[in-house]
Amino acid sequence: MSARRIFTRPARRAAIAPYVWMVLFFLVPFAFVLKISLSQTVIAQPPYLPVFDPTQGFAALKAAFAALSLDNFRLLVSDDLYVLSYLRSLVVATVSTSILLAIGYPITYGMARLPKRWQGLAMMLVIIPFWTSFLIRIYAWINILQHDGLLNQILLALHLVSTPVVWLSTDSAMYLGMVYSYLPFMILPLYATLARMDPALLEAAADLGSSPRQAFWLVTFPLSLPGIGAGVLLCFIPIVGEFVIPDLLAGSDSLMIGQTLWLEFFTNKDWPVASAVAIVLLLLLVAPLVLYDRLQRRQLEHP
Amino acid sequence: MVEEPTTPELQAEVAAPAVKPAPQPAPAPDLPLLRIDSVVKKFGSFRAVDRLSLDIRAGEFFALLGPSGCGKTTLLRMLAGFETPDEGHILLEGRDIAPMMPHARPVNMMFQSYALFPHLSVRDNIAFGLRRAGMERVQTDARVAEMVALVKLEGLEKRKPDQLSGGQKQRVALARSLARRPRVLLLDEPLAALDKKLRESTQFELMELQRRLGMTFIIVTHDQEEAMTVADRIGVMDQGRLEQVATPRELYEAPASRWIAEFVGDINIFEGQLEGRDAGRLTISTRDAGTITVAEPRHAVTKPLVCVAIRPEKVKLSRRGPVADSGHSHAINRLEGIVTDASYLGGITSYKVKLDSGAVILSSMANTARLDIDAYSASQRVVAWFTPDDCVVLEQ
Repeated sequence: MSARRIFTRPARRAAIAPYVWMVLFFLVPFAFVLKISLSQTVIAQPPYLPVFDPTQGFAALKAAFAALSLDNFRLLVSDDLYVLSYLRSLVVATVSTSILLAIGYPITYGMARLPKRWQGLAMMLVIIPFWTSFLIRIYAWINILQHDGLLNQILLALHLVSTPVVWLSTDSAMYLGMVYSYLPFMILPLYATLARMDPALLEAAADLGSSPRQAFWLVTFPLSLPGIGAGVLLCFIPIVGEFVIPDLLAGSDSLMIGQTLWLEFFTNKDWPVASAVAIVLLLLLVAPLVLYDRLQRRQLEHP
Repeated sequence: MVEEPTTPELQAEVAAPAVKPAPQPAPAPDLPLLRIDSVVKKFGSFRAVDRLSLDIRAGEFFALLGPSGCGKTTLLRMLAGFETPDEGHILLEGRDIAPMMPHARPVNMMFQSYALFPHLSVRDNIAFGLRRAGMERVQTDARVAEMVALVKLEGLEKRKPDQLSGGQKQRVALARSLARRPRVLLLDEPLAALDKKLRESTQFELMELQRRLGMTFIIVTHDQEEAMTVADRIGVMDQGRLEQVATPRELYEAPASRWIAEFVGDINIFEGQLEGRDAGRLTISTRDAGTITVAEPRHAVTKPLVCVAIRPEKVKLSRRGPVADSGHSHAINRLEGIVTDASYLGGITSYKVKLDSGAVILSSMANTARLDIDAYSASQRVVAWFTPDDCVVLEQ
């Protein structure tokens, strides 16, 4: 009711823009992917059957509908390859996010307690890597980590190791890449909550008998939970589907689901199975997404 | 329903919650509750508090008054433990608390921003300090209920701070800082965020509360009316030093310096030179108001250059001079001039009178009658007069 009076007609029209966006760029493509995931792969153009072609008449459409099946999803459940890929993705995302939180929280806490004039500079330092292409930064890491790379040269020069260590194509290298790439996504939302906190709250806690440690756990930490939630989800969700980092830095003995999807799509040219993989991945991520959404809402209501 | 709260001897409960109140260590009889001794606090080269000494007695309501940046908040924060003095001692019951961490001090503070924990309910905010002291659950619940009743917040215990009005938040902050029964309660501009009406009623509630609890309150404020309303004694600070420590009446009627006289309330000041001294009267010749006769002050006037200060309400106006009174009339100071401005303020009317010398004197007259028979209007010629006893002599 009140919205009618407050917002002008153009403002109300603009308010439907996000919905148009969602329909055009999410729901419609999602419908395509869903349909392909229910199809069969063929060597043809497009590489799947059935194809809905309204020009062939109603009977043909009906037949096409009847040809849709859940076979691809059955395959996903029955073949270890997929199950293991999903599991590995979840494990990698969980471990990476935990490391990110463990590193990001102290960094952010320190940033938020810097004098105001230094905080902007610290924030710049966090964001500056974004000015370089993500891919170039990962390639730089390959350079650093490879057999005769910078890291091994330094270790050899310092006589910490006698022969070059294998860094590249290991899980360590992959986790390093994950933490390096996603750290700003952990820091930014955390910073937003920590910097907003009234420093008088910690003084009040101390005044009422809390040691600095108690004050942290009883006041700072609970008040930063929304930031922790946002940071964790901002990292966890894209890491589950991450392709580039594991492909370039990890070994090839076990795959994350993003790599499996890539293989199905580009190497096997099996669009339907690749689509099914994508659909299941999406369903897996809906749970944290819903959680994230609810959290955002709560923050909006109680800023 | 809740019993009349508590006398100071119960205050040890927080310190030793599991057992009966420990007997208070008897303070040395000549020591005040709180002694601030030559305390210095520097920020860089700026001396926020500059060799300040002050004694505060048990059960006193003390106000630190001063313009912003005078160091009053820094002093309060040193008492709470958020700042450490660079020099000097802060003795609470004879014990130096200056090196103690805030959480170890038996004082509590009510913050200007209230600093309520937004993630905790009213109940948990008030219980916060009790739980940190290890008070048992039953006792904690009882104390919280007592505090809630004390500040009249019954029924709001489960609310979060953002579901409260400004006045309610203020009460929660007060209850939270009182719950531990501190030896001294520090209040940092506690009413600054309230609107005028609420501020005035809350001032009286604060006074009432302080009297009932018999606690020592130290309030920091820049609002002189507030300080004069609530406090037994006021310490006026400027540039890190105490300019005067006095009761509200002394501060207003016998300011220690020209700065104080001008800082507290309105005042007329005439600069002049000491001419003569006779039978308890000083004669001072001023450029703007001629020769003024004043009562000789108790403190010796040593310098010849002085100023005469008269509060506006002590300056009376009349159409003719005051009726001669054989004993005193020769001593009454009369100044003639023209009313330039008359502001009717309800209880009083405030006049500006331009004297023949060109200087302006302020006068405020109580509107004791409903009809305006006593009122003067602009451009009316009047006599402004005041007695020698109503003048204060200060150094320039």
